[in-house]
Amino acid sequence: MNRRRGLGNRPGFLAYGFLSAILLGSAFPLYWTVLIGSGDAYTINDPNMSWIPGGNFIDNALTVINNQSVHFWRALGNSILVSTVVSASVVFFSTLAGYSFAKLRFRGKRALLVFVIATMAVPVHLGVVPLFIVMSRLGWAGSIGAVIVPGLVSAFGVFWMTQYLSQALPDELVEAGRIDGASMFQTFWYIGLPAARPAAAMLALFIFIATWTNFFWPFIVLDRQNPTLPVALQLLQGSFFVDYSVVLAGVMLATIPLLVLFAFVGRHLVAGIMQGAVKG
Amino acid sequence: MTTAKSTATRSPRRIAWSQRLGRWDIKLSPYLYVSPFFILFAIVGLFPLLYTGYVSLHQWHLIGGQGDFVGFEHFAFLLSQRAFWVALGNTMSIFLISTIPQLVFALIIAAVLDTNLRGATFWRMGVLLPYVVMPVAVTLIFSNMFADQYGLVNTLLGQIGLGPIGFHSDALSSHVAIATMVNFRWTGYNALILLAGMQAINRDYYEAATIDGAGRIRQFFSITIPQLRPTLIFVIIMSTIGGLQIFDEPRLYDQYGQGGANSQWMTLTIYLYNLGWGQLNFGRAAAVAWLLFLIIVLIGLGNYLITRRISSNEAAR
Repeated sequence: MNRRRGLGNRPGFLAYGFLSAILLGSAFPLYWTVLIGSGDAYTINDPNMSWIPGGNFIDNALTVINNQSVHFWRALGNSILVSTVVSASVVFFSTLAGYSFAKLRFRGKRALLVFVIATMAVPVHLGVVPLFIVMSRLGWAGSIGAVIVPGLVSAFGVFWMTQYLSQALPDELVEAGRIDGASMFQTFWYIGLPAARPAAAMLALFIFIATWTNFFWPFIVLDRQNPTLPVALQLLQGSFFVDYSVVLAGVMLATIPLLVLFAFVGRHLVAGIMQGAVKG
Repeated sequence: MTTAKSTATRSPRRIAWSQRLGRWDIKLSPYLYVSPFFILFAIVGLFPLLYTGYVSLHQWHLIGGQGDFVGFEHFAFLLSQRAFWVALGNTMSIFLISTIPQLVFALIIAAVLDTNLRGATFWRMGVLLPYVVMPVAVTLIFSNMFADQYGLVNTLLGQIGLGPIGFHSDALSSHVAIATMVNFRWTGYNALILLAGMQAINRDYYEAATIDGAGRIRQFFSITIPQLRPTLIFVIIMSTIGGLQIFDEPRLYDQYGQGGANSQWMTLTIYLYNLGWGQLNFGRAAAVAWLLFLIIVLIGLGNYLITRRISSNEAAR
């Protein structure tokens, strides 16, 4: 799909200038965060503020970590736990269902697949009221399980894996496995799963980021003593006197893990978004 | 799962048995593999959505639980409330101010990325960078930059002699600030989707147009936009679904989270939250959820029809 226009069409100075401006716009708010987060409470009101980061980041970060109401380590642990479990679960169930939709024959397949695609457009967030009622009845409100369970499957994931496997896994390979006497599940495990690996890795990335950044439902259902990172982060702004150097140091603490991840897998994210677009 | 291996040493009965198992394996496995998705989705996705309808027709208190059946009373109540209409207006305003410039910018960025750039991956990663910053963090950063006093934006405006703007006091200005946060996070993401759509367009069209003497701009409007229709529809519908449910940004735009002293930036989802978890009135909160759902479906359909219209007009030119 990567056919390029002829060499005569090399973009000029204007294109690079425009993109540089966009890049600057993308990066500037983050740089601003570093500036304020490494200053002190007065940096932000200082008209002669320096454009070079100060030396207070560690102090500010410690203020965040030691703030009794923020529960920073707990929030970090919860975020890692929820994001990992949810992405593992979504990837496994999506690969299983995607394999079935893409490579197996069964009655009602088309209708079920159409249903999956239709549910992608349903704003499931709007079911928060009954979801909360159910979680309270089960006694799960406030526990991290209440955040994990609604995330265990994803219609997008099923659609994504179906699309990938229907073109990446040749039918002959599946049939060969069957002829060799492997059971259906063995065929999936030894032939379907390895073929699905590249798409599964990308799906895991997207679900991980979506879960890590998710706020609405965790904010509703979790206790303040047992938060995820976004829920803990917003508490920094809750006090009467807001010290922005501490707030933005907290923002840095919560954002750095994903920025590091981005540095390593950013190119795969780009590829994933572009692949999903062509197929979707 | 049992294997369907049958060897000659086994007795005929065992062979028949294992063959039958094998047949069931073939018949049932496909359903078994898709069932976890459907079962879990039914429990955590479909059921809550339908049950929202049920709750919206009853008195329902966060602590007291289910009360009397009240029919459409909650809906009638909401439609008579000024707060509901204010929330609807704010939601639409923020949605439009974020979606339209975002789409225009994403299209331009995609068009520039769709050339023979040096270091293409670097530029693509660059525009995607804000996507990994969580909305809560984005909001904390921007609400600081848009602070009414001492905020960076107002300081810069002051230096070029423009008066400070009440980004937290004036409704429209607060919508611009909130829309900026949404655009910051999503423009690059959508640009990449549009870029993928552009790269899938047959390059012969452009060659033919060049031979016919069409310029770059003309080619963009007469070939790229119409050919991009499915991708555009996809992006617009996704932005609609996400944009109308906006919560994180308006909730954290100030430290109180109520959508401003005069509800300047109270959106429908904030309203839903305040009714449900502020006033503990789940019946009304559920009614807001259903109304929002209807609005999303209507606007999604409207978008679809308009986009179809526009692109087919372009194609007919």
